[in-house]
Formats: sequence, C-alpha cells, structure tokens
Amino acid sequence: MVRIGVLSLQGDFLEHIEILREMGVEPVVIKNVADLKGIDGLIIPGGESTTIGSLVMMRRLERPIKELADSGTPIMGVCAGAVLLAKKVIDRVVGETSQVRLGLMDMTVIRNAFGRQVNSFMTELEVEGVGRVRAAFIRAPAIVETWGSARMIAYVNHLRLGRFGAAALQDSILAISFHPEITSERKVYNFFLSMIKK
Amino acid sequence: MKLVNSYEFLEKLNNLIYSLLELRDSIRDEGGEVIPIREAVPLVRYGFISMFKGGVIMDVTNEEQAGIAEDAGAVGVMVLDKLPYDVRMAGGVARTADLNVILKVMESITIPVSAKCRIGHTEEARLLERIGVDLIDESEVLTPVDEKNHISKWDFKVPFVNGARDLPEALRRICEGASMIRTKGEPGTGNVAEAVRHMKFVSRDIATLRGYFISGDYEAVWYYSKENKVPYELALLTSKLGRLPVVNFAAGGIATPADAALMMWLGSDGVFVGSGIFKSQDPENRARAIVLATSFYDDPETVVEAQRMVSEKVAMMGIDLRTLKPEQLMQVRGG
Repeated sequence: MVRIGVLSLQGDFLEHIEILREMGVEPVVIKNVADLKGIDGLIIPGGESTTIGSLVMMRRLERPIKELADSGTPIMGVCAGAVLLAKKVIDRVVGETSQVRLGLMDMTVIRNAFGRQVNSFMTELEVEGVGRVRAAFIRAPAIVETWGSARMIAYVNHLRLGRFGAAALQDSILAISFHPEITSERKVYNFFLSMIKK
Repeated sequence: MKLVNSYEFLEKLNNLIYSLLELRDSIRDEGGEVIPIREAVPLVRYGFISMFKGGVIMDVTNEEQAGIAEDAGAVGVMVLDKLPYDVRMAGGVARTADLNVILKVMESITIPVSAKCRIGHTEEARLLERIGVDLIDESEVLTPVDEKNHISKWDFKVPFVNGARDLPEALRRICEGASMIRTKGEPGTGNVAEAVRHMKFVSRDIATLRGYFISGDYEAVWYYSKENKVPYELALLTSKLGRLPVVNFAAGGIATPADAALMMWLGSDGVFVGSGIFKSQDPENRARAIVLATSFYDDPETVVEAQRMVSEKVAMMGIDLRTLKPEQLMQVRGG
C-alpha cells in the first residue's frame, strides 16, 4: 500500500488524513524525524505558516524534509505548506518576512494576497494535468513569480485583484494555494499520487 | 431615504457595473477565462477555522503583545481592552476593544486577528466585521447586552466563535451560525477546572448520542433534541459524526503547558489562552511552551520539555473558584 506522510504539527492535517484513507492510501502522521522513514510522499497541510515553521525548526525537521525532497520523494504543500516551500515570502501588509521556511521551490509567494478572512472565496479553475477543480481560497497566498525549474500550472482570475498563480510544480514538488481537502477534490490527490515513482 | 439618494446609488451601481465589465474584458483580452468568485461563503468560514486546529490563540491588549504572540508561534490573537483577569478586577461594564488598537494590531502582524464583542451586541459585531477582523468572539467575558438572545451569526460574512458549557449550548450556537465553539471555563481565574468540567460534559453527551446512533435508536436522538432544546438535525449530525460538527477549542483558565496538553487529551482541537500568558512574569517563554505542548500533547517527553521552559514561581497567581460569589461567575452569561 502507498504510504503518504502528513505533517501533523498544526493545521487541518485531519482532513488530509481522512481523504487519503477514503482513497485507499495509508496516511502516516508525521510529527518527528523518525516518522519520515519509509513514506512514499509528504503533504504539508494548511494552517498558520509561522506556527508550522517554528515547530518544524524546534523539532529539527528542516534538514530531513530537504533530504526527502532531494531523494525525489514527491512533496505537496497546501496554502501554508506552499508558503513554507517558497524561497521568497512577502506579506501583503507587513512586507518581506523573515519567517522560517523550507525554501525548496524557486518561487515567490505573497501571503494573504487576496485580503483578510472576509475576502476568502470559492471558485473554479483549471489545473494543468489535473483538470477543472473547485477551489477554496482561505486567506490564501498567491504565487507571483517562478524561476529555475519551477513553473506555474494553475492561475486564478480575481475580478478585483487580477490574475495570480494558484499552483506551481518543480520536479516532484507541488505547491497549491487553495485547499483541495476542503472541497474533497480527489483529482488533485490522484495527480500527486501519480508523481510517486513506481 | 430621499429620491436623490437613489439617483446617487444608481450612479454608483452604473459605475460599478462598467468597471467590472472593463475588468472582465481586459482579462479576456489577455486570454484569461472569467469565472465567478464567491466570497465568504460558509464553506470558507468553516475551512478557515479548520486551519486553527492544533494551535493556540492568545489574548492580547496591544501590538507589542501581538508581536510576542506571533513570534511564539500563535495561530491567532484575540484583541481585548483588558485581559479577562483585569476585567474581573476592574468590574464595571466590559465592552469591545478600542477599534484603533485592533487596527494597529492588524497592521503589525501576519496571523489572523480576532476580537470580542458583547453577547447580543449586533452593532459591535458589525463594526468589527467592517474593519476586517478575521474572527469574532461573542464572549461572556464582556458584559452581555441581551441575556435572552445571541447575535444571528448567519447574517455575517465573518466567522464567529461562541462559548459553551455543554453540548446543547454548543449546538444552539451552531444553529445560530457560529463557525467554532470553545468551552467557557471560568475566564481570568488561571484555574482550568471549569474548562475540564465543560469539555467532559460535551464529550459525554456526544458519546451518548453516538451510542444511540450505533444502536439505531433514532427515537432517543429525537428525545434528546426535544429535552435539550436543540434542532434534531444537529443532534443527528453529531451522533453520526461522533464529535462536535465544528472545531472545538478549550478556553477559560489555561495557564501552563500542562493545562494545554490536558485539554488536548480531553478532545479539544486547540486552545485559547487568555490571562495565562500576559499575566505571568515570563510571557515569551510561556507562550512558546504552550504552543509546543498543544502540538505535541500526546508526546510526554515534549510536554516535559515545554513545562520546563516555564517556572511555576512566575505563573499567574490565579483565583480559587470557591471564593467567587455566584454573581461573579462569567460562564452563566448567555445560555
């Protein structure tokens, strides 16, 4: 059985675990370095990126996760997870932040790009390789720039704010700014699972 | 309203429609596809609250404290005029915090900012929504303005959290549109006893309902809903799910990492810390330690590590519940 780790320090890891179980994949709760052994993929869930980042550092998970990525194990970062994956992070209000991050992807994200919680929204969009999905953007980050081997695979057109990157792919690392677990969007998980080398 | 006001309104509407059309056309010109955006629908409200799970929301009274909370790894802050302990000491009427202070906090940190409004005070809630607060706590810590009715929370785009002492109270608040529940505990006492009592009441009722569902006794679910004045659909949903249908945090009296871990063991999805942090003499360490203990509550070694980051000598003094007169209890406000 395929074993997918879900980083369970803070955030909505339960929703990811439940949907993986429903799909016949074995979810593995990741809280310590030892838990990372023997997993076929890793999901970094949504939550507060500053909280997850500081817990990642306190538990010294930074280097082991980087090694996991270097070994070609697929990683999916959702919302806060995408923020943690980015090399460069800017907050819409506060500006460039020095928050802890993994910095595995060649991209710049803007935190809270669409505004505060009252501006959180639902929409539909097309993701390259996945198809059309229902997307929940919750105090979501936007991917504004990619370089190197990273490239955008989805955009969202916001009537007031314009067009932003909503998902990016770099080799076997996937960053998504919306929440597939909130809308039970299995297509996204199937796409992620297909990245696992047989 | 005068007739000319409607002209002004129509003119604005006209401008709005044209600006939207122009935007749409410019997106089409760039080859983009225009799709509807639905803002602040219930799903993104419940979803937003879901992101708080396993985290700590800290009470703060100014931007310095908010900065300390953010650096310590809080998932959010709650802005108050006075910490619950000080509300208790000061007496008088407790109202929502200074809007200018809330705005300053919103500008200085990146994590969600919540604020409290009085029970039943729809206008305070409207003001908080208007300035862009991420979550409103309709709280018994402030002086209620309506003892009989809570705010109709479905009318708002911003999510609400409400306190509850038992399952029926929690389900009634969810029925009114609350997106999140917390135990009431006894705020500002530094004594977690009441929060423990309330969390156990909630869990036991859920276990009972779950039992009815497993044994197929829907009549008992119906009787439970009638007896306890809660909608049948919500009682049934709870019995199917085997947990509260929304995120449930612990609040009221949490003062140490061990308190936080205890509440997580009892089934909380996360914790609110009110006076516990900024009424202690070691707020930075204590905030960090409570964050660690909440996330790793099921790992005794880490909770020990967290508990050793704080000293009992500098914890908040706390209040013995037995010394409080019945009229000094906050948990009985709004049933």
